[in-house]
Amino acid sequence: MSLFSTGFRTLVYKETLRFWKVATQTVAAPILTAVLYLMIFGHVLENRVAMDSGVSYTAFLIPGLVMMSVLQNAFANSSSSLIQSKITGNLVFVLLSPLSHWEIFSAYIAASMVRGIVVGFGVFIVTAWFAELSFVAPLWIIAFAFLGAAMLGTMGLIAGIWAEKFDQLAAFQNFLIMPATFLSGVFYSIHSLPPFWKTVSHLNPFFYMIDGFRYGFFGKSDVDPLLSLAVVGSFLIVLALFSIRLLKSGYRLRH
Amino acid sequence: MTAIRITQVEKNYQSLKALGGVSLEIKQGEFFGLLGPNGAGKTTLISIIAGLIRPDGGTVTIHGHDVVKDFRAARQMLGVVPQELVFDPFFTVRETLRLQSGYFGLSNNDRWIDEVMENLDLTSKADTNMRALSGGMKRRVLVAQALVHKPPVIVLDEPTAGVDVELRQTLWKFIARLNREGHTVVLTTHYLEEAQSMCQRVAMLKAGKVVALDTMAQLIRRISGSQLVLQLKSGSLTPDLRDLVIPPPDGHASTMPQAANKFSLRINDYAEVETILARLRESGAVIEEMQLQQADLEDIFLQIMEKGTV
Repeated sequence: MSLFSTGFRTLVYKETLRFWKVATQTVAAPILTAVLYLMIFGHVLENRVAMDSGVSYTAFLIPGLVMMSVLQNAFANSSSSLIQSKITGNLVFVLLSPLSHWEIFSAYIAASMVRGIVVGFGVFIVTAWFAELSFVAPLWIIAFAFLGAAMLGTMGLIAGIWAEKFDQLAAFQNFLIMPATFLSGVFYSIHSLPPFWKTVSHLNPFFYMIDGFRYGFFGKSDVDPLLSLAVVGSFLIVLALFSIRLLKSGYRLRH
Repeated sequence: MTAIRITQVEKNYQSLKALGGVSLEIKQGEFFGLLGPNGAGKTTLISIIAGLIRPDGGTVTIHGHDVVKDFRAARQMLGVVPQELVFDPFFTVRETLRLQSGYFGLSNNDRWIDEVMENLDLTSKADTNMRALSGGMKRRVLVAQALVHKPPVIVLDEPTAGVDVELRQTLWKFIARLNREGHTVVLTTHYLEEAQSMCQRVAMLKAGKVVALDTMAQLIRRISGSQLVLQLKSGSLTPDLRDLVIPPPDGHASTMPQAANKFSLRINDYAEVETILARLRESGAVIEEMQLQQADLEDIFLQIMEKGTV
């Protein structure tokens, strides 16, 4: 495997250039959406939600919104690129090339991570003015941002390979990714939930990504960040192995 | 040396047998034609060679590299022009060609990219977005994409479908040059005159099976379709020569005033012409006009597709 081969680097460049050419839609729009979430939820709930961690609700919300943007955009990059290429037929140029399934996997994930991180960073830059933030453990911030982006990029790759129509991809996004993101603790701490829903939240891998990422800012989290790291890392490995297997078998790509 | 070896390749789509044990060998440097009606299995076979479709049975090797087990080396040897007019709307022509080069491991390939664009009359469109190109121009870019890594084997799946005469001439000139330089070319086309003028050897597919495989010259020779057309000024054909007459198509003879003295005789060998002329001389017939017509690929194609063989 030549992971940093010219072929791999070219596919990363192509996938990055693809979203950058339509940055208004792929970067600016999600940043604006996140700012709107912050302004509306922050304004409405700032004095109504009791935070037991000593952090203001707006400050609590910002890392959640940043991570949500990272995850959603990492997913969107690989999934939308693949489905568009499949439907328009130009995926053939990648399929005809000597790129290995490892290189294709790594390139799509790397480009997804770039988009996720760029949008997340943009959201952070714009929203950081609204509250006083601390950076207790920046390495945790970086680790969860990268792992989360890689995991959602991988999920996007799987969805893009599986979906044969845009509405199938939309179903994947609306019925799996969105609920899992919104119910992961972006807008609330799971300590405020009834015991049943608290237990259910622990089954959601997105919760660990948000919680671990938030730990990097405030040094406080709902669960041990090491546990979060283990859960996110394990999910990433399983999903990565599964998507590499799909690419190797040519499932829905090579007939 | 063998450029492409296809051994007992099979492909089924549920109950439809798209390819039923196809075996072919294409030599290095050949200009090879793959012909057949729609649904014969040409594109399926090309897709298997390109690794876009997995065969249900059999093997394909390109320069000795198995297209499934050793796909990286096999694909490096291959440049494919797909039949569908596909493009990536995000990029310009130059970006598209640079990206394609990169996939094949070539990061600094602008010199060859410029040469390919020059030869395909694409230079003026180098910085134009793919969306803004006409169908013919998009087809040229597809050809250029297949050639960016200078593949020793070039596969063209209906490259001139729906394109103007100018592109055809430009394309064939460039492809012929590459073939002269040693590149193996495999062509599928519905324009039989193109295949006849370009290809040295031809395979004809029908319902997923090879029904003819030979050099162009041999194929044309094998069909007893060469004709000696005679217009007699006086006299008539002897009974033995009348046995060689090819009946005109239905209703054709009655519409031609001179049909009574105009005959088309089937010949298998040019030496037979001398015998026919001698027989006519002996019988006292006088020839007013004489023409030798050779069967073309279209005659052969129609005969093979009708009878299954020649």
